[in-house]
Amino acid sequence: MANLSVEFVLQQLLNGISIGSIYALIALGYTMVYGIIQLINFAHGDVMMIGAYVGWYCTAVLHMPFLPALLTAMLACSLLGVVIERVAYKPLRRSTRLAALITAIGVSFFLEYGMMFLVSPQTRTFPPVFPQTIYHVGPLNIKYGDIVIITVTLALMALLTLVVKYTRIGKAMRAVSFDKDAAALMGIDVNNVISATFAIGSALAAAAGVLIGVYYNTIGPLMGIMPGLKAFVAAVLGGIGIIPGAMLGGLALGLTEVLVSAAGFSTWRDAGAFLILIVVLIVKPTGLLGANTREKV
Amino acid sequence: MRWTKYLIWLTAAAAVYGIVYLLAHVGIVSRFFLLTMVQICIYIIMALGLNLITGFTGQLSIGHAGFMSIGAYATGIFVVTFGKPVSAALTELWGDRGVTDVAYYIFILTSLAVGALAAALFGLLLGLPTLRLRGDYLAIATIGFGEIVRIVLLNTKALGGASGLPVKQSVDWATAYWLMLLSVVLVYNFVNSSHGRACISIRENEIAAETMGINTTKYKVMAFALGACFAGLAGGIYANHMYLVHPNSFGFLKSFEILVMVVLGGLGSVTGCILGAAVMTIMNNVLAPFPELRMIIISVLLVVMMIFRPNGLMGATELRLPFRRASATGAEEGSGHDL
Repeated sequence: MANLSVEFVLQQLLNGISIGSIYALIALGYTMVYGIIQLINFAHGDVMMIGAYVGWYCTAVLHMPFLPALLTAMLACSLLGVVIERVAYKPLRRSTRLAALITAIGVSFFLEYGMMFLVSPQTRTFPPVFPQTIYHVGPLNIKYGDIVIITVTLALMALLTLVVKYTRIGKAMRAVSFDKDAAALMGIDVNNVISATFAIGSALAAAAGVLIGVYYNTIGPLMGIMPGLKAFVAAVLGGIGIIPGAMLGGLALGLTEVLVSAAGFSTWRDAGAFLILIVVLIVKPTGLLGANTREKV
Repeated sequence: MRWTKYLIWLTAAAAVYGIVYLLAHVGIVSRFFLLTMVQICIYIIMALGLNLITGFTGQLSIGHAGFMSIGAYATGIFVVTFGKPVSAALTELWGDRGVTDVAYYIFILTSLAVGALAAALFGLLLGLPTLRLRGDYLAIATIGFGEIVRIVLLNTKALGGASGLPVKQSVDWATAYWLMLLSVVLVYNFVNSSHGRACISIRENEIAAETMGINTTKYKVMAFALGACFAGLAGGIYANHMYLVHPNSFGFLKSFEILVMVVLGGLGSVTGCILGAAVMTIMNNVLAPFPELRMIIISVLLVVMMIFRPNGLMGATELRLPFRRASATGAEEGSGHDL
């Protein structure tokens, strides 16, 4: 065990918040899609990967600054999300859960290995888009990247909350997730709302992808699997279908992971995440913020 | 009536064995062909196990490779630990004679049983708490289980850790073939027994099944443990044939491939999943030089299948001997699955 000082713990907490906010961003997409069509969108982590590649292309090849690259990636991925929904998931909306789940896994593999085919399996290095400054605030070393991640995440979450709470499309999304048929009867175009949900969720995933790219410097076609699965764990942890739950779950998962690593068990980190998942599923399947619902017979 | 049917199937099985044996003996078929044969047998056993869980009982499990790795490691450890002493003791007892080989062969079969039982035990342990979960949640919990098994094995130095566990090759294709046939017979009989019908009723409508007095938890756990048991057996054959057991050979991808085999062949069809496993394994081996293309083809195939034929190529129907169709009762067509 490393020297357990206050500085060390605070530093680890900061790292945990950085990683946790990325998980939270991805988890938001999972949770929104699940809230609306009860589908675990396995391809979500791979949409994030594509976002990272678009971000890489914009910064490394087109030499764009960070913010335009981020926006381009988000735009590209929201289009991709809508296309995936229209092509693969829409024909299956009335079919069984198993069929939809298997399709989602199929799409996920298609994106991974399609990218591998297109851009070769080797990893790529992100150009340094930020100054490598490190701020010393008291005992803490805060990287410029940490600040960017936390700011971008907070901004996007605030934006999402505003959209869901106060806009027409947000109201329609809440209505559809509450009762799809009743919403349709009230004159809401359910198909458009579902597409919008995919677009927003995928844009958030793309932002997470670009952030991961600039934070860890390397990206690869299979980079989406683990963060994707873990973000799903985060979504389940907070209560799937609940937007604040995804944020909470992401942060909780990031902090747990960092603490497990800091305690000297870094190779066990992923097992910890999945153990949390199984325990949550067994003890309280509705998640931390979920209300218990009785099953209707 | 039944016996003639069994006799026909047995003759067919023996004929396949005889032909392959002859070809292998004369040296017409390559080692690659025999390796593919063993792989097909392993995957058929895996697919049968998963079909019991997902196809017949309707519980989605995507952690089947986890059970396979438990079986492979249990068998591997058993053989590595006791193999040398047992072989030495047998040689001392009977010398270098045929009876020694037979006894050692029985030892290897025991190791396979150890693997199968270990996996079944884990299936029971995992099934008891998680089978309260439904549909997607169960699927996620099983993914989590598979990943935990992989990470634990990667980090356990005593089991070889990240460098894997080397095991001597002592199972040839013939053993794999006969064990595969045994598994087919076991699964076929289980599915057509009252236990099997209870499982199918859970798939069709769990609430209705419960109202009819079926202990759904018991049958779900039973199907889970049995499915895990077959996965363990397949893992044991893998360990005894492939020289090296490595945690990363049993990742999420492998679980997914087995699910594809079952879905492709037909959820709830024994002959369907045999076909699915055979076709997929052959396709995997043929496309092995183009790994990316292989995965692209598989994933597109899967999405297209789910859109146009969500219950697999065979659905819940079985291949039957053509000339016996007139006497088949025909009432066994499964309706749509409700997962």
